[in-house]
Amino acid sequence: MSGLTDLLSMALLGIGTLFLLIGATGLLRLPDVFTRLHGASVTDTLGAGAILLGLALAAGWGLLMGKILALLLIMALLGPSTAHALARAATHGFRKPWLHETDKAEK
Amino acid sequence: MRNAIALIVILSGTWLLLSGHTSPLLLSLGLVSVAAIVACAARLELLDEEGVPVGLLPGLLRYGPWLVIQIIRSNLDVAKRIVNPKLPIHPTVIHVDATDHTEVGRVTYANSITLTPGTISLDVSEDAIEVHALTEEAANDLMSGEMGRRVQRTERP
Amino acid sequence: MILTITLIALLVTMAFALIRAIKGPTVYDRILASNALGTKTVLMIAVLGFVVGDPELYIDIAIMYVLIGFIGTVAVLKISEFGNLGQPQSHTETEDP
Repeated sequence: MSGLTDLLSMALLGIGTLFLLIGATGLLRLPDVFTRLHGASVTDTLGAGAILLGLALAAGWGLLMGKILALLLIMALLGPSTAHALARAATHGFRKPWLHETDKAEK
Repeated sequence: MRNAIALIVILSGTWLLLSGHTSPLLLSLGLVSVAAIVACAARLELLDEEGVPVGLLPGLLRYGPWLVIQIIRSNLDVAKRIVNPKLPIHPTVIHVDATDHTEVGRVTYANSITLTPGTISLDVSEDAIEVHALTEEAANDLMSGEMGRRVQRTERP
Repeated sequence: MILTITLIALLVTMAFALIRAIKGPTVYDRILASNALGTKTVLMIAVLGFVVGDPELYIDIAIMYVLIGFIGTVAVLKISEFGNLGQPQSHTETEDP
């Protein structure tokens, strides 16, 4: 039983690490602020979620697991608020989103 | 009254979780701080449906698992597009109708949109949400309105 | 073992975020990079607790860090958008003769 839990925890940590790297690559490669926000939200949701769930499984039943899940809940509630505040500030700062060429031609 | 009891339960649970102490002295100190916070909240008239939205809890518990599945699906899509430069991105700005939602519903809707990778809410007004979508599929997914209907169902149990 | 790999990956992603913060053409890119850096720091503190062997202490620090980081990001955004932290409008008007 504990072997299975360890395996699951390691798998979750591996998945989280992978998505962490993908999100950071997106932060570097994508063309403008709004698209970079999409890349950053990959790290914030699946990357952080999988890593914290893996840690919670490694911690086992108890107070520590509850604290890690509370941290996950707080991050899930605060993440979109920060992203929305950033997107709103960028729109009000007159940053026009980088749109696809066909859309620009239509306008 | 129901909201006050709910706030006491939530605060006590948080206190126990974060401290982990069970000695009588510290427990009574925690009880005192919980009572002080509830008294302050009552005096500030924060104990209404907006301050302690316990009525939304059953709906949100039903909505949560579906949202988690959506998040994982769109995460895989965005990750594929980041890793493989050949897959095109197609950023668009769309307006999603939110006329039938209450204030809390619009906030839940906009936050769900932002939490799902591939879509970000730029601005929320009375009747619509302005959304920046990374791909056309994500935009079409949102325009189909399934998320809006599910959010609406959480508001009215 | 896997925890060490995760730690190294976290350091690499933090370097990526730093590059974006230095390069980033607009101020919003820099704020986004610093916010992403904060998220990764929280994860790093949490993972580091398990590596060092005292996770109880480190998780508490991580929870505090996430709350303070949120307030910091929103404060910087508010300054970049309005130029102040939201003083009442009449107050600024009376100061201008």
